[in-house]
This record gives sequence, C-alpha cells and structure tokens, in this order.
Amino acid sequence: MTVPPALQSPGAGRAASAPLLGHEAEPTIFELSAPGRRAWSFRNTGVHEWAAEELVPAEHLALEPVALPEVSERDLVAHASRLSHRNYSVDLGAYPLGSCTMKYNPKMCDAVAAMPGLVGCHPAQPESQIQGWLALMHGLTEALCEVTGMAAATLQPAAGAAGELTGLLLMRAWHQSQGNPRTKVLIPDSAHGTNPASVTLGGYEAVTVPSNAQGLVDLAALRDLLDDEVAGLMLTNPNTLGLFEREITEIAAALHEVGGLLYYDGANLNAILGVVRPGDMGFDIVHMNLHKTFATPHGGGGPGAGPVAVTERLAPFLPGPLVRHDDEAETYRWFTPAQSIGRMHLWHGNAMVLARAYSYILGYGGPGLRRVADAAVLNARYLKERVRGSYDFPFDDPCMHEFVASAARIRRETGVKALDLAKRFIEEGFHPPTMYFPLIVDEALMVEPTETESPQTVEAIAQALLRIAEEAATDPEAATAAPRTTVVSRVDEARAARDLKVRWRAED
Amino acid sequence: MPDYVPHTDAEIDAMLGFLGLDHLGQLYDHIPHAVRLARGLDLPEGLSESEVISAFDGFAQRNRAAATDLVCFAGGGAYEHELPSAVKAMASRSEFLTSYTPYQPELAQGVLQALFEYQSMLCALSGLDVANASLYDGASAAVEGVNLAAAATGRRHVVVSRGIHPHVRAALHTYAAGSGLAITEAPLADGVTAWPADLAEPACLLVAYPNYLGVLEDVSEAARLAESNGALLVAYADPVASGLLRSVGSMGADVAVGEGQPFGSAMSFGGPYVGLFAVKDAAYVRRWLPGRLVGETVDADERRAYVLTLSTREQHIRREKASSNVCTNQTVIAIAAAFHMAWLGPRGIREMALQCARGARYLRDCLTMIAGVEPAVGAPTLYEQAYRVPRSPLVVLDRLADEGFLGGIALDGDYPELGNAILTTVTETRTRQEIDAFAAAFEKACSP
Repeated sequence: MTVPPALQSPGAGRAASAPLLGHEAEPTIFELSAPGRRAWSFRNTGVHEWAAEELVPAEHLALEPVALPEVSERDLVAHASRLSHRNYSVDLGAYPLGSCTMKYNPKMCDAVAAMPGLVGCHPAQPESQIQGWLALMHGLTEALCEVTGMAAATLQPAAGAAGELTGLLLMRAWHQSQGNPRTKVLIPDSAHGTNPASVTLGGYEAVTVPSNAQGLVDLAALRDLLDDEVAGLMLTNPNTLGLFEREITEIAAALHEVGGLLYYDGANLNAILGVVRPGDMGFDIVHMNLHKTFATPHGGGGPGAGPVAVTERLAPFLPGPLVRHDDEAETYRWFTPAQSIGRMHLWHGNAMVLARAYSYILGYGGPGLRRVADAAVLNARYLKERVRGSYDFPFDDPCMHEFVASAARIRRETGVKALDLAKRFIEEGFHPPTMYFPLIVDEALMVEPTETESPQTVEAIAQALLRIAEEAATDPEAATAAPRTTVVSRVDEARAARDLKVRWRAED
Repeated sequence: MPDYVPHTDAEIDAMLGFLGLDHLGQLYDHIPHAVRLARGLDLPEGLSESEVISAFDGFAQRNRAAATDLVCFAGGGAYEHELPSAVKAMASRSEFLTSYTPYQPELAQGVLQALFEYQSMLCALSGLDVANASLYDGASAAVEGVNLAAAATGRRHVVVSRGIHPHVRAALHTYAAGSGLAITEAPLADGVTAWPADLAEPACLLVAYPNYLGVLEDVSEAARLAESNGALLVAYADPVASGLLRSVGSMGADVAVGEGQPFGSAMSFGGPYVGLFAVKDAAYVRRWLPGRLVGETVDADERRAYVLTLSTREQHIRREKASSNVCTNQTVIAIAAAFHMAWLGPRGIREMALQCARGARYLRDCLTMIAGVEPAVGAPTLYEQAYRVPRSPLVVLDRLADEGFLGGIALDGDYPELGNAILTTVTETRTRQEIDAFAAAFEKACSP
C-alpha cells in the first residue's frame, strides 16, 4: 500500500510552530495582587447609600473582607491571556483524543450563542415572552429524535453522565410502573467509567458483560446473565473500541425477551449519523453528547449537554418541563409528562449549548450530517491502516470513527509505555490520543482523528505515530523524558496526590 | 451549507483507493443491512452561515429578553448582573473554549491553573478548605452535597429546608429515587427554617443562605443542630451575598454548595451555569469529594505545575464504587467566574452585594406604600424579597410586563402558604429611576 502523494504534507495540522515566549511558571493571580488596586466599577444607581450596618443585622455581617486578589483589569487580562497561551486547543491544532470527539467547533455557533435576544432571557420568564426559545428547543428536540429514531426527548441533562443517570432513572420508573423496579443493569467490560458509576447512582447493581475475542458483546455470556431482575443493558455502538456491535438486533431481542430496556450511550453517535439510528437497532433510551456529535466547544472540560431521547412507551416518564406546540393557539407551551421522574437541572439544561448544537444541525442539514459520519470513519480507517505494523490491534474489526491501538509490544521490546509515547507525541506538535482506555486493551492508545481534520493532517498524524514507535526502539529515552518542548516538562502526578495542595495560600 | 469537512472528492477517492474501497458506502459493509437507514435523515437541507444566523435572529426576535427588552426585577436563582467586558473577552478565548478536560497536564497548564485559582477563590468565599473544579449547576451541587454527607456519615436520611430553591428540591427528590435517600422537608416559619424537634439521625441538614425567599437564615444555629445530631451542615450559599455576609464556613457549615451564575455568566435562559462546591478539610475528602480537583505540584525540572489530582475517587478509576458519576463539568464557566471574582476583588464584591441590598431596601420602602402590598415574610432579607399582593400574582406580573418590567416570580405555585405573593430581586444594575418607575407600575398592576 503506497500513500497517495496528494495526501502527503507532513507539516499539516501540527501546532509545533506555536510561539513560546519562555518556560517560566506564570504567577497565580493572588501573587499579582496589590492592596488597594482594583478593576471594578459600578454604575451610580442614585439610590440612597445606606451603610451595611443599616441593612444587615450585625450577626450576619462579614467580619473581614473576602480574601480575593486585588488586581488591575490590565493585569487580569494579561494573566488570563498568558494562561491561555499555556494551553492546547482544537483551534490550535489536531486533537485526536479518542472517545472525546475533538472536532472543529464552528465559529458560527459562537455567534448564535452570543445573541442578546437569546442570552438575555431569564429562565423563569412566562411562556408568552420566550416563544423563540421554546421554538428553538422544540425544533432541536425534533431533530434529535429524527437522528436517533426516537419519539420524545428531554434537553435537561447537563452532560453525558447526567444523561446516563436520567436514562437509568427512566428505566427504574418504567419497571416500577410494571410492578418491579428490578435490581441489575448490565454493562460491557469495555464501557466508559461513567456507566457503572451512573448505574450505582440509579440504585442498581452493575453487572459486567464480557467481550468476545472480536471485542464485541459476548452474546452467549449475555444470554447467561439475562433474567427478570435485569432492568437493562447499557451499550455504546460503535463501542469504545470503535467497533460496531454487529449482533445488535440479537442483543436487543434477547434483552427485550426478559423485559429489559436497551440503553444507548451516545458517546459515539457521531460515527453513525444518517447511517444507522439507535431506534432502528432496538434501543429504548438514548443519551447524546452534544459537545461531541454536534461540535459544541468542550470548554476545557465543560459545559456539555446530554439530552436523552426515548421510545413512545417511555415518554410519559421524561423529566419536565418539555415543550409542545399548541396548534390551535399557534404557540409553544411547557408541559410536564404525567409520570415524570422530576427534574435533572436547575432550569432547562445548558440552553446556550443547546442553541449552538441546533445551529450546527441546521447548518449541515440531513445530507451534511451523513457527510460528517463518512469523513470521520474514513479518516479513522485510513489512519488505522497507516500505522498497522508499528502498533497492534488486539480487536481488529473494521473501525468506525476511532480505533484502539496497543503499544504492549513496544513496551515489551523497548520499555517505552503508552504514556511515554503520548508524551513524545506532544513534541510532534499534536495533542496525544487517549491513553489506557478502554481497560480491556493493554497499553491502549485510542485515536479519533475526527472528520474536520484534512487528509494531509491525518497523514501527518500517521507519520508522527510511526516515527515515535520506530524511535522507541533506537532511543527509548527520547520518549521517557518527553515532553521537552512544552511550558512544563513531565508533571509529577504522584506528588500532587501525596502532598495535597489544592488552593493558594499566602504562607506557602 | 457551511462545510467543515475539508475533504475534496479527489482526496476521498485517494483515501478509499488506499483502503482498497470503491465508494464511501463500503465503509459500513460490516453493519447489518436490517438496521441501516435506507433513506437519508428526514431533516431539512443545510443552510449557509448567514441563513443560520438569520434563523436564530428569528428565534431571538420572538423572545422578550429580560436583559434587553424588559427591566428585570426577577431573580430566584438566575440574576442579571453587570458582566465586565474583560471577563467576557477572556473567558471566550478559544484556548479555554476549545480544549478538553486537562488529562495531559503538560498541554493544559492554562486551564489547570485557572481552575486552581477558581478553587482558591471559592475557598475564600465559602470559608472552607477544599473546593472542587465545578459541578453542573446549583441543583447538581446540592445533590452531590447530600450524597457526600450520606457517604461520610453512613446515614440514609437528609433534612432539607423549604427555603431551598424549589427546583433544587425537585432535583433532590429525582436523584433520591436512585440513591434511595429519604428526604424530610423542614417547613418555614415566617420565612425562617423551623427544624423538626426529632431529626431522626440525618446525614445532613441542607439550608440556604440567604434562602429562596431572600431571608438570612441562622446558619450558626443550623450548624449546632447538625453537629449535636452527628450530621453535616450543607449550606446552599449565594455567592454574591458572600461579599457582605459571614461565610458559611465561619458559621460552621461543613459543605458549601451553590449556583455560581452571578459571576461570569449572563442569565442565558438557565444555562450553562456552574455548581459551586467546597468542603472542610476532613478525612472524607480524599475518598468522597465529587468531581474534578486540581492540585499544585512540580514538573521534572522542579518548576511549579498543576495537575488533576485524587483521581482515584473518580468514576474512570473507581467505576461502580465511585460516589459520583461526574465527568464533564462546567470548566469554562468556572474560569469565567474566577476572572469575574478577580475583577471584583474583596472590595468590589462587597460593593456589589451592598448595592443589591440598597436597591432592595429602597424598593421595599416604595412597594410597602402601596395598599395591599406587604412583605410576605417578616424575617430580615438581603436583596430578594417576597411581597404579598392583593391580586393574582400572574395578573400583576402580566400587567407589569405590559409596562416593560419582568416583575419577579409568582410564588403561589411553589409556596401556596404565602397566599398571593411575588418574589422580587434587585441587583446592582437597577437605578433609582427604574425602581421608581417599577413601583409606580406595581401600584397600577395591583389596582382592581
């Protein structure tokens, strides 16, 4: 297999050109503080200036000022800017972090999220004043139901894990309505850690389903675990290995036979947009990560949004309020379903994230979303084949939008771990892949190039991965000492946990 | 259609050729045909960027936004405050906005240090020792607070003040269906929590300061009560009020939770906001603190560096034994809150709280002149106040909207015991002129 010349541009997508002004630590904002300095100002309201003592009973009044820093606006902005220069981001370069879907976040969506007519609304305004928001939420709900093949959805959950818990509480409410809440929820051994944690919070016992030699759900083992105490099965499809569960209809049938519900973890929904829908595969409950599939910015770890869609029979249990269109009055209204499990959010979910995701969906449209899946899968498939030989694939079905490589052989032969390879990869000018997940792959490196990286960037990632694997044999210390080009060298994580220091103190 | 997929047709062909494939459909050959979507998605054709912006302008125009089209006297958990341009500009920098959770600390010192500073400021605000790197919102923070208390005490019962935001109480009940925690609600007497005589071995008491009706609760007394019953005190603390009031930590709270929206975030139709969470330094922190935590350490060259720490508590390590399932949190919202708190400093935050309280006091002087209008509770308040009104609250609020005001939140649904009542809020954004005009409109709205 020879690499087409058109795809070769070794510099593509790398951030190794990003300027670095130095390698000194940035002082904390507290260390930039000077007594009496200030950035703040407030309008003169014209209201009588009562003293605090006239307004607040003495026993409630603070005895000393809050120990916040005192800085000028200029110093604050400089500090924040310098911090931003000490951080990698999608806007800077490729971010092939498996499972996290670090695709380009369109600036158009930022513009939408800054509109005063949206951002200026109070969440408790009466329906008549927020018809635009209700229309937006109604439209998004319908689009998400079409994408997933579901009947109804809640937009409240603030992130994927909140969506999972919502789904489990829906599962519980459904079974309760059938007379028995049941006791167990099954999850594959390849599942994301939030799955078992959510199962516990949902009041269920998490029971692990083993994977077979192909990295897929072991159907025979699953059948052995099924009984009338199984409330449901949580599956990611494609799963966390990036592989499609080919026996999904058999899995769904077996589960439904014992009255269980099939839960779709939408972490990897981006791989199947317009190709397959969870509803058509037999899933009953679906959570989506809008920050993954629909490209809302991850914000350094949040906010996300984790809407949950369900089939018709589960719709009466959804958290409320939901939006419906009153055809007669031609207005949108809130309503809370009859047997609603309650409320998963202080208000209506991460509304501005929802708006961004809907703008992304409207921009792409139906055929465009299919193009997203096609390019995501094509990039991953190409990258996987390019690094074959240097890395191993213990589970080698055709991958979807991501693949999991094992560096176990490299470690055995050179002593260089997946962690070291990831740190060395940083010096190549990229964010590294996800490490050590899923747990069923030894020395795992999970790679998700996403559809927004050009073929040349994908090829550059491939060449970097090949280079560092080759180098591990000849110069292992290059990896174990990496990274040396970043603002800090390898960070001592053990010391952070041992000598816990989680706030700034003047005396330290 | 905006196209963020960069591939040209020729490049797609070249990649397919490399893979030995003829067309894109073959990428899915291993997926059973029975489950494939034969038709395309039934969604409209894509729109250009300007068409999308127009569509959203359309949505925006169908709203009467409280911050721009109305004069806002509503709060109740979502507030209009002055949002400094510097804070908006810095928090929207794409290095913060478009990065992921800082799992690779060498590439994420910016986010990590900003979160470390956020944690430090939250400790100062709450008077407690350890703050996490954020939760989803006030409701999720309260849920995690009671769950922490249950884990730390090994008890399965919590006592929640009726002064806690109604939506937070609703979320507590929703989550309790899974956790199995029993919840007892302590009623309000003239706006102040009346704790039951027999607390029945609670894991915690949960009290708000100030509470949903704006009332300054006796946190010290609640702390004594909690301690004498072997329970923790979880305080749902308003961060703006913290600029003027004693910290809940100094009054004996073990855990502070709350909603951080007033710092760094617009009202945003309810989200994204940020859940505040801080605790006393106690043995249970290492095991049960929910969410992410940033710690200071050094790099291989002994330079100061930051890293996510104590991750052995978290779901990705502990899996079904984790006490919380939180993964993605609200990082960039927390960073915005930190920048806003730094912009305010100790004197700015006090001034902000004081201006809110002054405006609310002036509004009370005005509204209580109106026949049939009186404070619905007698206890001292700070900048939110429930008023009894002589007509249906919804009618009053409708009439106020006709005059250009978002007049507050109707309380008859959530607090029927108060009769016809409206919760009003005054922040530092409201001028005397606006308050005068509001009071005049209020009088008109209350008239028969």
